[in-house]
Amino acid sequence: MYGSFVAVDSLDLEVDEGEVYGLLGANGSGKTTTVRMLLGLVLATSGTIELLGQPMPKRAGAVLPHVGALVEGPAAYGHLSGRANLRIQDASGPGGQRSSRRSRIEDVLDQVGLGGVDGRPVRTYSLGMRQRLGLATALLGRPRLLVLDEPTNGLDPQGIREIRGLVRELNAAGTTIVMLSHQLSEVEQVCGRVGVLERGRMVLQQDLAELRRPTGRFLLRTDEPDRAVALLGDRVEGRRQDELMVRAEDAAQLNASLVAAGLAVSELAAERRTLEDAVLAATTAGADRLERS
Amino acid sequence: MIRVEIGKLVRSRRTWFTILLVDALPTVVAVLLSVTNLAPRPGTGPAFLSAVLTDGTLFPLAALAMVLPLFLPVAVAMTAGEAIAGEAQAGTLRYLLIRPVGRARLLVAKLVAVMTFVLITVLVVAATAFVSGTLLLGKDAAPGSVTLSVSGTALSTGELAWRTGLALLFAMLAMLGVAAVALFASTVARSPLAAALSTLALLVASTLLLPLDAAHDVRPYLVTRYWLSFVDLFRDPILWTNVVHGVIQQLAYVLVFSVAAWANFTTKDITD
Repeated sequence: MYGSFVAVDSLDLEVDEGEVYGLLGANGSGKTTTVRMLLGLVLATSGTIELLGQPMPKRAGAVLPHVGALVEGPAAYGHLSGRANLRIQDASGPGGQRSSRRSRIEDVLDQVGLGGVDGRPVRTYSLGMRQRLGLATALLGRPRLLVLDEPTNGLDPQGIREIRGLVRELNAAGTTIVMLSHQLSEVEQVCGRVGVLERGRMVLQQDLAELRRPTGRFLLRTDEPDRAVALLGDRVEGRRQDELMVRAEDAAQLNASLVAAGLAVSELAAERRTLEDAVLAATTAGADRLERS
Repeated sequence: MIRVEIGKLVRSRRTWFTILLVDALPTVVAVLLSVTNLAPRPGTGPAFLSAVLTDGTLFPLAALAMVLPLFLPVAVAMTAGEAIAGEAQAGTLRYLLIRPVGRARLLVAKLVAVMTFVLITVLVVAATAFVSGTLLLGKDAAPGSVTLSVSGTALSTGELAWRTGLALLFAMLAMLGVAAVALFASTVARSPLAAALSTLALLVASTLLLPLDAAHDVRPYLVTRYWLSFVDLFRDPILWTNVVHGVIQQLAYVLVFSVAAWANFTTKDITD
């Protein structure tokens, strides 16, 4: 269906056990294709894939029972209830005794906040409920690795926070999580490391803490910006009204010198790169934008 | 996995609706026959139908002969065409495959589920036809009359029973052939409807080519060529030639299309 289109090309992606990895990228950058390749749905034409230390898709039967995933939105049989859908999923897989099926299902329903759902068919579910059911399906086998493609799609702010809490909780319990998203703020809040895809290539892969390390500049707000500029000289690298951007080694030192000169400092903060800056710097427009040439 | 697939089939309302529709035709025929008492003359119309006015217990066979050429294949093509393409369209296919369910295993489970559907349908049709046949038809039968073979000789009940059993097996095999074709189409097409329709197109083409003299050389390979050969099982003595040819031909269809379905599906990128 892709014809000869190369969706993902020479991609090096490494996720360490126990981390929360955020895979970012514009629409059409190859995030979903990457995940489909990881899970053995799409077969890579070259290269090697290892999942939980085993080659994929060769060892899919041994690896996938330990992997839970939400791929491109949840899917369920619309004419059946959420519980019936989970029963089908549970029975199709290798994981677990038949006698404990009910408790497994109730557990994951509780985890995603659907414990009280009744027997109505999934076709009547709201977008958020479907999303939660999809998450429940992913959690069924108590996976060691969880791959979540846009897990907060269709959820309201409360729901998003709930899922964020769930992701953190699961990670604290040892689950490795790969999260795909183009919601940078979401990724910023839960991920330890991020990779950015563009046109099927990895253009940035870094620890989030490092990515967001202080730039060595400080935002300074004072009542007398002119005096501050005079005092600091060429250390002032930018100015917007009474906000100055000052390069300095150390905030405390800078503050002390300003106060010693009799300046009232009302705000002094280290400048940090946001994830958005980093992503925008590393990428160009998404593949869904097609300029007339 | 087979149990899961059969469970899905049995719990789908559409399954039962399809069976109801398939079952409706012979029932309507039974009612019409009993009201008008006008059976087709021997040698015309669907097989056995001329005989049922004198012997209502033959009506299950007549009903199967009615349902087999068109209704049942349509139902089978729909059900098997839905198998993979339907799951793909609903998005549930990717979740099944990452469960993981092996792709070959899924195909086998789907095929078994379709055959379960055929079995249920055939049994329902035979059972209702037996009931409607004994209730509505055969009132002209003189007491103690015997069932006659198509050749006109008498058949004992025991003989009739095993011949009916063989005929049912033969019909099931024919439907397995259809199911294999539709399953293959289901791994190729993106929509279940396209899979079902392309299978039906093959069946219709085969039916249209059969009477054509110019198609004489390809006739033995046409999928519907031997479908009604099960009638030969009720001749005395049994005319085995076409029955055997039919079995071989259908097995070949099942084999070729199952392998094609496997080859296509196990190497396919699942992108829906």
